[in-house]
Amino acid sequence: MQNERRAAIRSEAKRIEKYFIDSGALLIEADSLLSAETLLDLYGEDIRSRAYVTNDPVMGERMMRPDFTVPIVERHMSEGAEPARYTYNGPVWRMQDAGSKRETEFIQVGFEVFDRSNPAKSDAEVFSIFNDILPNNLQTSTGDVGLLLTAVIGLKTTDLRKAALMRHLWRPKRFQSLMELFSKINNENNKKNSYSKHSDKGLQKAIKDAGKFIGLRSENEIYSRISALRHDAKTSPISIEEASVVNKILNLKATASEALLVFEEFEKIIPNMAKAISGFEARLEALNKRNVNVDKLPFEGSYGLTSMEYYDGFVFSFSDGDTIIASGGRYDALTAVLGAGREIPAVGGVIRPDAFIRGGEKC
Amino acid sequence: MLKLGVPSKGRLQKDTISWFEKRGLLLKRTGSEREYTGSISGVSGIELVLLSAGEIPKELAKGRIHLGVTGTDLIYEKLPLHQTQIHIVEEMGFGFADLIIAVPNVWIDVNSLHDLDAVAAQFRHEHGFRLRIATKYHNLVRKGLRNFGVADYQLVDSQGATEGTVANLTAEAIADITSSGATLKANHLKMLSDGILLKSQASVFASKNADWSGLDSQKNDLCKKMGWKDLIL
Repeated sequence: MQNERRAAIRSEAKRIEKYFIDSGALLIEADSLLSAETLLDLYGEDIRSRAYVTNDPVMGERMMRPDFTVPIVERHMSEGAEPARYTYNGPVWRMQDAGSKRETEFIQVGFEVFDRSNPAKSDAEVFSIFNDILPNNLQTSTGDVGLLLTAVIGLKTTDLRKAALMRHLWRPKRFQSLMELFSKINNENNKKNSYSKHSDKGLQKAIKDAGKFIGLRSENEIYSRISALRHDAKTSPISIEEASVVNKILNLKATASEALLVFEEFEKIIPNMAKAISGFEARLEALNKRNVNVDKLPFEGSYGLTSMEYYDGFVFSFSDGDTIIASGGRYDALTAVLGAGREIPAVGGVIRPDAFIRGGEKC
Repeated sequence: MLKLGVPSKGRLQKDTISWFEKRGLLLKRTGSEREYTGSISGVSGIELVLLSAGEIPKELAKGRIHLGVTGTDLIYEKLPLHQTQIHIVEEMGFGFADLIIAVPNVWIDVNSLHDLDAVAAQFRHEHGFRLRIATKYHNLVRKGLRNFGVADYQLVDSQGATEGTVANLTAEAIADITSSGATLKANHLKMLSDGILLKSQASVFASKNADWSGLDSQKNDLCKKMGWKDLIL
């Protein structure tokens, strides 16, 4: 039974792989054991609860690949020609929550496009290729992280506050608590730690009075944070109008074409969203050209913010009930982080043939 | 035989023995002071097993002991599936300990998890690596920090003398169990006001995985004596 199921998954994976190759992709291989350091620096300590860690006496900590994104991007950045379309087909390993019935090992077949010529067209290409091969009874979800991103960058507030918000863009709960904090006139956090009544000497004394100086974080670092807090305490709160745009983005659920109309309203309040909105519009046109009905395509403003991939633009998934069968999105910023100074716009996605077989009629 | 696992040494063992004694159960070590065997008088058919407090969660989960005394912190850290494996019978009212996050006293700009998160970003920017938090409670700390939304930190393993890691420059902050806070103070550290990740105390746990068949009379005896309704839900 197990054997038959695996064989069925493999042959389905092979069929999808061939379809991706026929769609112009080059088949590439990737390592299964990745440098834990790269992944930890990218995703933070949380990745330890989602990926399996193993140890090599010489190479140090290694991680069983939780997805193909990192090895594919690294490989493209070091040796790839532009533009490029890749496909890959192999197992990934994910640690699941205690008691979860979800699989810890499964096959992903992916399709990735590295192309700087026309992002909207690339987005539509990836989406429609997935749309075409998947059964048409699946629920589709789409989002666009770029809208929230440009909204945050466009807020009339300090770079410090924007950086704090950007850092937690992919942690919606923390992001929202920071938004609330920055929308208050006098926030208690700043008051308490900014030592507004202390002179420089007074601060020195406060540190001295606190006891023995220990640790790697220097006195200067403490002063510089206090001075940042003092500056922040004088910052005006984020306006109600701007905060409400951010809130509306996060809570928006509509069809893609309806969403576009709302965005035009947002742009009046946060003009920096213009580029993301025109990109959104261009994407809808490109999707339309590929016969995707954007009047029926569901759109969610917060979609893609909790996924592991750090998407920063278009995001999509196809699911059968609770089971996500395929998902993907744009991750331009990730290529910059992994490219050591180089970057390339990238969009792609994966299909899980095991979920496909369980859920779809295909077998 | 119904097997009861209790800590094999230290304060926790002493408190456990006197807790049971108050209810008419005499837990005694047999053999020499150093031998890890024991007996129980006051009820029949119950075997005493002396174990390291850290081993008791695993033994309960495997069902090799029926009952065990250990701290809630160890159960939560070591048994992610504790709800399905064990059942808490009674909190014992001693061995109080909180899992907390502490930073140097001289960090006068840091009082909360919010501050710690902000400093983690600053630290990574300044030093080029993620702020290190020394702990042996990896699962609980990671979960607690994820729930709040702290980023740019890393956990470094410390199985003992954790409070000393900051002064030794192997960590910037620590997460550890504290009861009085005296060790923190001695090591120039302070707790974050909202940094209590878990409140723990010594408790009696029952294993859902142990074989309880044929132990009804021992179970009933024990329940009567201890004033427990039932051992297994």
